[in-house]
Amino acid sequence: MKFVTAIIKPFKLDEVREALSAIGVSGITVTEVKGFGRQKGHTELYRGAEYVVDFLPKVKLEVAVKADLVDQVIEAVSKAAQTGKIGDGKLFVWDLEQVVRIRTGETGAVAL
Amino acid sequence: MNRIVASLLLLFGLGCAGLAAAENMAPATVEAVAAVAEAAAPVATLAPVPDKGDTTWMMISTLLVVLMTLPGLALFYGGLVRAKNMLSVLTQVFAIFCVIAILWVAYGYSLAFTAGGDLNSYIGGLSKMFLSGVDTSVNVETFSKGVVIPEMLFMMFQLTFAAITVALIVGGFAERIKFSALLVFSVLWFTFSYLPLAHMVWFWGGPSAFADPAGFLFAKGALDFAGGTVVHINAGIAALVGALVIGKRVGYGKDAMAPHNLTSTMIGASLLWVGWFGFNAGSNLEANGTAVLAMVNTVVATAAAAVSWMFAEWLLKGKPSLLGIASGAVAGLVAVTPAAGFAGPMGAIVLGLVSGAVCLWGVTGLKHALKYDDTLDVFGIHGIGGILGAIATGILVNPALGGTGVFDYATNAVAEYNLTAQLTSQLWGVGTAIVWSGVVSFVLFKAIDAVMGLRVSEEEEREGLDTATHGERAYNL
Repeated sequence: MKFVTAIIKPFKLDEVREALSAIGVSGITVTEVKGFGRQKGHTELYRGAEYVVDFLPKVKLEVAVKADLVDQVIEAVSKAAQTGKIGDGKLFVWDLEQVVRIRTGETGAVAL
Repeated sequence: MNRIVASLLLLFGLGCAGLAAAENMAPATVEAVAAVAEAAAPVATLAPVPDKGDTTWMMISTLLVVLMTLPGLALFYGGLVRAKNMLSVLTQVFAIFCVIAILWVAYGYSLAFTAGGDLNSYIGGLSKMFLSGVDTSVNVETFSKGVVIPEMLFMMFQLTFAAITVALIVGGFAERIKFSALLVFSVLWFTFSYLPLAHMVWFWGGPSAFADPAGFLFAKGALDFAGGTVVHINAGIAALVGALVIGKRVGYGKDAMAPHNLTSTMIGASLLWVGWFGFNAGSNLEANGTAVLAMVNTVVATAAAAVSWMFAEWLLKGKPSLLGIASGAVAGLVAVTPAAGFAGPMGAIVLGLVSGAVCLWGVTGLKHALKYDDTLDVFGIHGIGGILGAIATGILVNPALGGTGVFDYATNAVAEYNLTAQLTSQLWGVGTAIVWSGVVSFVLFKAIDAVMGLRVSEEEEREGLDTATHGERAYNL
């Protein structure tokens, strides 16, 4: 099993969700996050007081899938979230040791 | 400007001794004046009846000025602080309005608007304490001979001015003031700074008794149509002194202190503008052409200042901001306040254009150069805009520039305009307000700091005043 963490532009969330549903991903977790990468922050100016905003708002997606689906997930997210401009985000792929469905106690791939 | 502030601070030092005398002033007047003011209802012999149109207009104007404070100013200020201090600012403005409303009828109106015997130049008497003698049958004259409105209405109209003036000051030290200290300061400052200045600028015998002893600045011929001196310079200086005495917020210049809700600020600024029509046009005390002139000036000067600030910011900083256009509007409203019924509309536009750019400098260049933390720029907008407006009023009243000229009640005609004389009068007004408010505020802040402390603890300040002081938060999301 694999665990994919994706950081994407917030307005791309719907497209990414649709792309993931289309390849059979049955659930995702979404968090609003802030961070920085190569994309520079911006400055805000309030009556001359300048604030440099280093941390830009992004959306973090977490998806757990069977190992054979992971390449499709990577492709789907990459395609849907891409604008070609700096700040599109990143994907992190992890090995996933165990999954438990709390309601039934099922474990492993069945619980995904 | 450095020199102005430096000399201001010097005056505070010198003023400490003088103020002790000033604080004793009010009680001393009490008995001496009781009888005099009784005779002050000047038109009793003519027994004119209030016009229903005038009365209605003044009732509406009064409500409009209430709207400026609650919720206008509260929302304007509230949006500009961080989310953790939103309720503290709303509570401060709300509480000040309520406290001043009660004090106004208790003794404020009397001290501001009755004759004060020997001290009449500076303060009134106590003959109308608790609205003694101010009942529904009593009228006061407007600015026209023989035209009256109910005195209770005039009294309440003026109540709303006192309330907003004191509430304006909270912007100077928002996000760090101790609530109890603020209330004590508000009561004392209202008594020792607002009331004397209101009396000095506005008290006179009325059109039918124009020769009676008037307040110090009224007698000097200082023009202040709707309270540029009494309200804006007065509050602006108090806020500056407060910001200096209390000190900067924890993390000022390091932490992000961006406004938390500019939507609220925009609503507040707009309510201020709407309410300001009552403030300025209502200050004419009757519904006639001059009131309409004040209304026109209140729209054009404000619009001019808003676009002036917006374009100046766009040019200098790269982007036209909402906070910029809203701040510009308030700067224009402040500047046109003393000129509202004196300047012509074209003069008012020029005043607006200048005030927008000058106040932008006030909240950026000046503030940064002098390194004080006037949280919501009360001095930069109300102080600077008020001073600019007061001086400009002396120029724009000139009939040659489209102004109304100064009406001479002795000759029943517009007096000949004299630039030097009028500017001198205006500078008397500005200087007196700066020194008086500066000295009174400095002494009060220092005294309160010594007795009970002005500031919340650093821990409470970091936590935010909403939970630390008021036990609630604005947003439970």
